[in-house]
Amino acid sequence: MHKLLLKGGRVVDPAAGEIFPADILIVKGKIAAIGQDLEAGEGTVIDVGGRLVSPGLIDMHVHFREPGFEAKETIATGSRAAARGGFTAVACMPNTDPVADNRAVISYIRSRAAQTGLIKVYPVAALTRGSRGEELTEMADLKEAGAVAFSDDGLPVSSAAVMRRAMQYARMVGLPVISHCEEPTLSAGGVMHEGYMSTVLGLPGIPAAAEEIMVARDIILSEHTGCPLHIAHVSTAGSVRLIREAKARGVPVTAEVTPHHFTLTDRAVAGYNTSAKVNPPLRTEEDVAALKEALADGTIDVIATDHAPHTVEEKDVEFQLAPFGMVGLETAVGLVWTELVIPGVLSPVEAIRKLTINPARILGLQDGVIRVGADADITIIDPGLTEVVDPSTFASKGRNSPFSGKKLQGLPVATIVRGRLVYDRGLLAVT
Amino acid sequence: MTWKRKDVLGLQNLSVEEIEIILDTAVSMKEVLGRTIKKVPALRGRTVVTLFYEPSTRTRTSFELAAKYLSADSVNLSASTSSVVKGETLKDTARTLAAMGADVVVLRHPMAGAPNLLAETIPAAVINAGDGTHEHPTQALLDMFTVREKLGKLAGLNVAIIGDILHSRVARSNIWGFTKMGARVRICGPATMIPASIETMGVEVYTRVEEALEGADVVMMLRIQLERQQQGLFPSLQEYTRLFGLNRQRLALARPGALVMHPGPINRGVEILPEVADGVNSVITEQVTNGVAVRMALLYLLGGGGIPVA
Repeated sequence: MHKLLLKGGRVVDPAAGEIFPADILIVKGKIAAIGQDLEAGEGTVIDVGGRLVSPGLIDMHVHFREPGFEAKETIATGSRAAARGGFTAVACMPNTDPVADNRAVISYIRSRAAQTGLIKVYPVAALTRGSRGEELTEMADLKEAGAVAFSDDGLPVSSAAVMRRAMQYARMVGLPVISHCEEPTLSAGGVMHEGYMSTVLGLPGIPAAAEEIMVARDIILSEHTGCPLHIAHVSTAGSVRLIREAKARGVPVTAEVTPHHFTLTDRAVAGYNTSAKVNPPLRTEEDVAALKEALADGTIDVIATDHAPHTVEEKDVEFQLAPFGMVGLETAVGLVWTELVIPGVLSPVEAIRKLTINPARILGLQDGVIRVGADADITIIDPGLTEVVDPSTFASKGRNSPFSGKKLQGLPVATIVRGRLVYDRGLLAVT
Repeated sequence: MTWKRKDVLGLQNLSVEEIEIILDTAVSMKEVLGRTIKKVPALRGRTVVTLFYEPSTRTRTSFELAAKYLSADSVNLSASTSSVVKGETLKDTARTLAAMGADVVVLRHPMAGAPNLLAETIPAAVINAGDGTHEHPTQALLDMFTVREKLGKLAGLNVAIIGDILHSRVARSNIWGFTKMGARVRICGPATMIPASIETMGVEVYTRVEEALEGADVVMMLRIQLERQQQGLFPSLQEYTRLFGLNRQRLALARPGALVMHPGPINRGVEILPEVADGVNSVITEQVTNGVAVRMALLYLLGGGGIPVA
């Protein structure tokens, strides 16, 4: 019977909203005890040395590209990137090839994740067949196969009628709908935020209205159908206002923001930097300020990366030809600390809540807590540790990060999934 | 000050001094163009490649003649004849040209930023001959050259640019160039063709052409493309002409002796009426001549021409 003792840490409890010094004893992959001066007996002891002991972080928005695009990422490399970034669980989006719109693909993803055996991989299934926005997927069957939510991420459902039926049906099945909000006729041809920078660079713009119109539509449909709606990667001040107002009225809506949207603006595109090409696009200073305010007041519930790896060759072309997306798993914690926690936008507990219990609740998972009897999924964070981002060191196959060369403070140093150490930065004494 | 820059990708990043060097050099080049034997050995032994991914007659011919007048060897590649159709990337095509010894590559490309990608890939000098809706620096330089030659200065002038600003790389380059040189730039066009936040570039924005023309020293008309009507950006050419077409009455609102310019090719009777295009204020034909002089100046400066022109 294997035992693991995490000694001398400061335990973060996002459910209770507190941080307290305690040891954690893990037995057979479960948390067996939380308290002072615990003993491991024959087991392994990790000296946490006063660092933060958080419930395992959950990234509810990643693209692992398998099946179909294994040159960009695989479930194995994506899982390693997640573990290295401090994530013990991810929800992966269905825009694979074939699309994850049937039981076979969902089962394949789960079996590949099990073979890799590093982190928990929760598949998100397509909302419509082939994500074509026409016919509904077999949602009940997909749920039984292990899907945790439905989304046509990246290929927004343009028909309001289809979206309405999909939400009615998803509600009956009992899973949330995750919406990538983009009105396709307004965003058509656009490759960056529409504003001064797109004008100067001569690149076709995506107006803020393209996102906000769909946020408004889907909020109205959520209210109409009663289906829990989660708005993916919110990027504009206008979307924030709509979500805040909907929440105040009691609409079952939640929202996420990515680290790149709360850190960068469209200025990052200057020089035709394809690493900064992402959808929704990087917006303006005002939008970044509104996103931070929304994180602070709870309008935005979740921080998720939208980890979207691409090959070097795909990004090393004319800006308009490069695919949208950037990797995010291995810079997320550092950005949350550097941009949000250290400047005081969020307290450490609030930040951890948006990376653990909030996404877990939205997806109906038991993860995201440190509690006796729960899976021992734990992330150890060193709030003082610094590094300069170097994409060549990423475990992900993707190198497409706009943060290369940026100095980050507050980093994961160990990741534990079901009691097993899946990432160790080598800073903790293990005896 | 001597010329140090490897590439000319746009006017946004050129200094006032650099623009003056180009315009002054172009004066010498124009003198060469006036000679009976218009050829100097300045770029003998140098190779200029024009790489055009968009159809173009005047810009390409202008560069080609400019290279020949300077005694450079020139090669012309267009997308239809090059390896582009075989799926080669722009960077690989550029590396191939550099490996064959090109000293200057002149690039026309439908995508904004393509010349930047080229310039950071190869050691050869890169001249942007128009990239998407980003910049068309040689057009703006020849426009500034023409205005300076005709009116004796650039500072303090009122320049009105009228038409489809949204899709115009000529407008963007001229805005950077003229504002840097101290001119005041007004832009005017249908509200659907005014790009977002363009006032931040330091221009005044109008949708009534009469207001934009009031007291203007230079009137620059842009070509309107019929496909924009199909995209729903304006209802008809007829209404466009009615609201924005430059006719004699409208031109009378500008300063007496104001210059009428057009980057060409012109749509007679659409954005500009023949009475104005061929009128006494028009410098449209001279723009073409000056284009060769300005391109000679750039090839000379970037091609490392050590032999004096005179």
